[in-house]
Amino acid sequence: MATITVNGKDIEIGDQENLNLIQAAARAGVAIPHYCWHPALSVVASCRMCLVEVGERKPEGSIVMQPRLLPACQTPARHGTVVVTNSQKVRAAQAAVLEYLLLNHPLDCPVCDQAGECWLQDYSYKYGRARSRLRDEKLLRPDKDYIGEQIVLFTDRCVMCTRCVRFTREISGTGELEVISRGDHAEIDIFPGRPCNNKLAGNVVDLCPVGALCSRDFLYKHRVWFLRSQKSVCPHCATGCSIWIDYNKNIVYRLRPRYNPQANGHFMCDDGRFGYSHVNNKQRLLYPLAHSGDNLVPVSWADLKNEIREHLLNLAKAGQDHTLVVVLSPWLTLEESWLAIQWINTVCPQAKFAHGPLRDAGADDIYPKGPRGEPCLPDRAKFIIRGEKAPNCRGIDILLRHQQNPPLTWQEVLEAVEQGTLQHLYFVGGDPLYKASDVELVRLRQARSLIVSDIFPNGLETLARWVIPGTTFAEKNGTYINSRGLAQALYQAVQPPDGIWPEARFFWELLELAGLYHAPTVRRQIAAAIPELSPLDLDDLGEHGILLTPGALAS
Amino acid sequence: MEFEPVLLRHIAVPGIQNLEVYQAHGGYNALHQALELSPEQVVQMVKESGLRGRGGAGFPTGIKWGFLPKDHPGPIYLCVNADESEPGTFCNRVLMEGDPHQVLEGTIISAYAIRARVAYIYLRYEYGKSYRVLQRAIDELYKNGFLGRNILGKAGFDLDIYIHRGAGAYICGEETGLIESLEGKRAWPRIKPPFPAVQGLFQKPTIVNNVETLACVKHIVERGPTWFRSMGVPPDPNNPRDLGSFGPKLYCLSGHVNQPGCYELPLGIPARELIEKYGGGVWQGRRAKAIIPGGLSMGFMTAEELDTPLDFNGPMRVGCLGLGTAAVIVIDDRTSMVDVLYNSCRFFAHESCGQCTPCREGTAWMAKILARIRRGQGYLDDLDILLEIANGIGIIPGTTICGLADGAAWPVKTAITKFRAEFEEYIRNSRSRQASILAPLTTH
Ligand SMILES: Cc1cc2nc3c(=O)[nH]c(=O)nc-3n(C[C@H](O)[C@H](O)[C@H](O)COP(=O)(O)O)c2cc1C
Ligand code: SF4
Ligand code: SF4
Ligand code: FES
Repeated sequence: MATITVNGKDIEIGDQENLNLIQAAARAGVAIPHYCWHPALSVVASCRMCLVEVGERKPEGSIVMQPRLLPACQTPARHGTVVVTNSQKVRAAQAAVLEYLLLNHPLDCPVCDQAGECWLQDYSYKYGRARSRLRDEKLLRPDKDYIGEQIVLFTDRCVMCTRCVRFTREISGTGELEVISRGDHAEIDIFPGRPCNNKLAGNVVDLCPVGALCSRDFLYKHRVWFLRSQKSVCPHCATGCSIWIDYNKNIVYRLRPRYNPQANGHFMCDDGRFGYSHVNNKQRLLYPLAHSGDNLVPVSWADLKNEIREHLLNLAKAGQDHTLVVVLSPWLTLEESWLAIQWINTVCPQAKFAHGPLRDAGADDIYPKGPRGEPCLPDRAKFIIRGEKAPNCRGIDILLRHQQNPPLTWQEVLEAVEQGTLQHLYFVGGDPLYKASDVELVRLRQARSLIVSDIFPNGLETLARWVIPGTTFAEKNGTYINSRGLAQALYQAVQPPDGIWPEARFFWELLELAGLYHAPTVRRQIAAAIPELSPLDLDDLGEHGILLTPGALAS
Repeated sequence: MEFEPVLLRHIAVPGIQNLEVYQAHGGYNALHQALELSPEQVVQMVKESGLRGRGGAGFPTGIKWGFLPKDHPGPIYLCVNADESEPGTFCNRVLMEGDPHQVLEGTIISAYAIRARVAYIYLRYEYGKSYRVLQRAIDELYKNGFLGRNILGKAGFDLDIYIHRGAGAYICGEETGLIESLEGKRAWPRIKPPFPAVQGLFQKPTIVNNVETLACVKHIVERGPTWFRSMGVPPDPNNPRDLGSFGPKLYCLSGHVNQPGCYELPLGIPARELIEKYGGGVWQGRRAKAIIPGGLSMGFMTAEELDTPLDFNGPMRVGCLGLGTAAVIVIDDRTSMVDVLYNSCRFFAHESCGQCTPCREGTAWMAKILARIRRGQGYLDDLDILLEIANGIGIIPGTTICGLADGAAWPVKTAITKFRAEFEEYIRNSRSRQASILAPLTTH
């Protein structure tokens, strides 16, 4: 153990922890303001916001302070290190840095997206001076809307922390961003004609501590102090990035990565970050439909429930030539799928189970790449966008195998339906981007009956006897298991459109269970039933989720 | 005893730039001598000599070399700092253009001592003649077995020397800025540790030395450490941190002086003697108002302080940053300190690399304030703001990565504390006749 003294208070840190003074002070509950330092990036110690007084406690107890200020981000915490963050000298240095940073800053907070979550605002309020002493003109530097498809640069607001530049060099590896010019004319820019359009580009907006790099998607959409944040998991690939869903009044405004060392680290990809528009999309299925004559007509949820139950009970009695196959999408939560399986078992025990369709996006996309797109060696990977474009393949597979080993593949379902060996299909979808192909439609036309549940019309509804609206990830409570076996909980941020029963509720009601659907209760039932999932026997999976096989991170 | 120049001894010899002539004047004898010794012995000689770096910081060269990791498998790099951008400084140029082989001999000996197999000369771009002269000399050396493999038949002693021409930035002279620039990056000085001797160019142990420092090495090997220590100023017994200032030094004298030029003298000559005896006094019969003792970064000495000895400590005793490059700029009594300081601030604001907030913003702010004062729109409390900025930026207070900010601060600090009355008078007068004094100036 190493003892560090922060503002007179002793704290213990592990010998091998390699903390800098910002991290060590945080353990003592002392926040050291900082801009350029970020735990995932190299240390440049250039913003000088984190200056502190540093000394050493000698073995006999006396303390020797160093005469000059030191950047806390660059100074390692060692046994006997003494840090002072609140002396007159430190406060003067903090106030000076903030005055400097505001010299050429346009102070356009009223029209700045960052206002409310801006480190310049917050630090100025806490550590700065009330007024600037600049009597001279400010520099004016034009905004740059050519920086990237997803990002814009408000050049004047930049504090030159170079986090964005280091991100594109060290994490994405694509190196599009750079600093041009010297002195106070220094600006972030791109090489002409090489905009920052890599798949991780959106992260520079989060990294930017001020309102310089802004997201085009979010630009001028909402004041951040109206936003509420809910913990969730990105559904767009098997990495399963931990995220915040930022929403207000039932509208999702943006997604942001939530730090998770077991999944995504500090970042997320742009497919995920900007892949929430379907949540707000009004073109989705809004109420259940049933086939009547040649048309689909709305039915009530109560009627739907009864009709489907009756249909399945009939199939159960009808025997061999009326085999039902239940297709469960890898976008469903563990709980939804489990409830579906339980109900099917009660009404139609001979039904078969199959994996739903998975869009193929080829190989994993691994970062950092080279500046010319050279591939990253797997052992150097800092971020992986999985080729497996669904959040819960692993979880669904475990459930299905527990029920029927092996489960059918989607391809096998298509073939069996075409050949007539499977005659009835219950398709529970969830992939907002899934559209049935012509080949799929031709084959599935052979089915004698088809029940489709999905968020959007996916093409199958033209063949369906019942069409059931589904819900998006932002509307669900439940659990996903990513490709590394990390189980994470998602929490509902917004309500589905009026009247829609989320999948879990629908099966809950079909099972005629008492009370309301409660994800942790169902999860614990699953954990009790399936040994492989026994680590999930918890009410709360915690900030970072639960690894099914602890220590199995390297995969 | 009359001082006999060594660094400039052959500078006027016709054809000394040619290997043959250089050798005829005893050139490369020191290299032969060094190769008789082990590298460690050469390092030891340099340590004993007390040689301190001539590039500005005055760090003891032998001690710096001693920071290299022992028994490193290599590569180890030697960088010759020929970026010479400190205002007022031109002695490296004199050496490179006038006696290139002396510089190269010092470089080869030093590379041998530190076991470097590659040396880069980082040359200020504007020094076109230096480039041509040095490159010709290097070509000659390759042809004659002084560079390349198994130099002068010494098995296993290989050395390649490359010249890299900078692109016109003062910051490329800062040793880690130089290294970044050599690596093809933007010259943003690195944070230390790690120091270059441990992790420098291409992440390998690296020594950066000034041109004149390396030229001195040649003479130390040839004449011995005792000879070197026979010149200069011994350590101040009252200052345990003073390591003394030994050896000859090239003083660059410029400004309002009758005979500007590069003078070789033992370290510690008083400024007055340099100006009067060697520089022929202040021009046009005027008196000096101030001098800059060692390049602009060091700040100003007043006329009353001219008896200060120009060794590594002297200027510090009168509030200057140090000896710097020993480039003395004389400022006569008709010059406005407002103009001088304005120019100084403009220079450093232009040259700040822009990395550290206090330097990037502080230097530019000081330049804006000075420009405004000079336009006649100053306020008396501008002087306090200037002092506050200057006192707060630099590696000495701990707020920046490199010493450029200290160099920007010192002229401001010394000018305003030593010439405050002049600044105040200028501000008062100009405000009362503002209309007439509005000069067509632009902030940079
Ligand atoms: C802003 C700045 C500019 C510098 N420029 C030069 C230069 O042009 N030439 C030089 O030799 N040293 C320069 N130095 C000093 C170098 O960093 C370094 O100390 C020196 O090259 C070491 O060589 P020496 O020990 O032989 O003096 C500069 C330092 C700073 C902070
Ligand atoms: S990497 Fe995968 S999980 Fe993460 S944000 Fe991108 S799509 Fe979503
Ligand atoms: S002190 Fe100035 S010149 Fe030196 S690294 Fe910092 S910003 Fe650059
Ligand atoms: S956070 Fe330490 S210098 Fe920027």
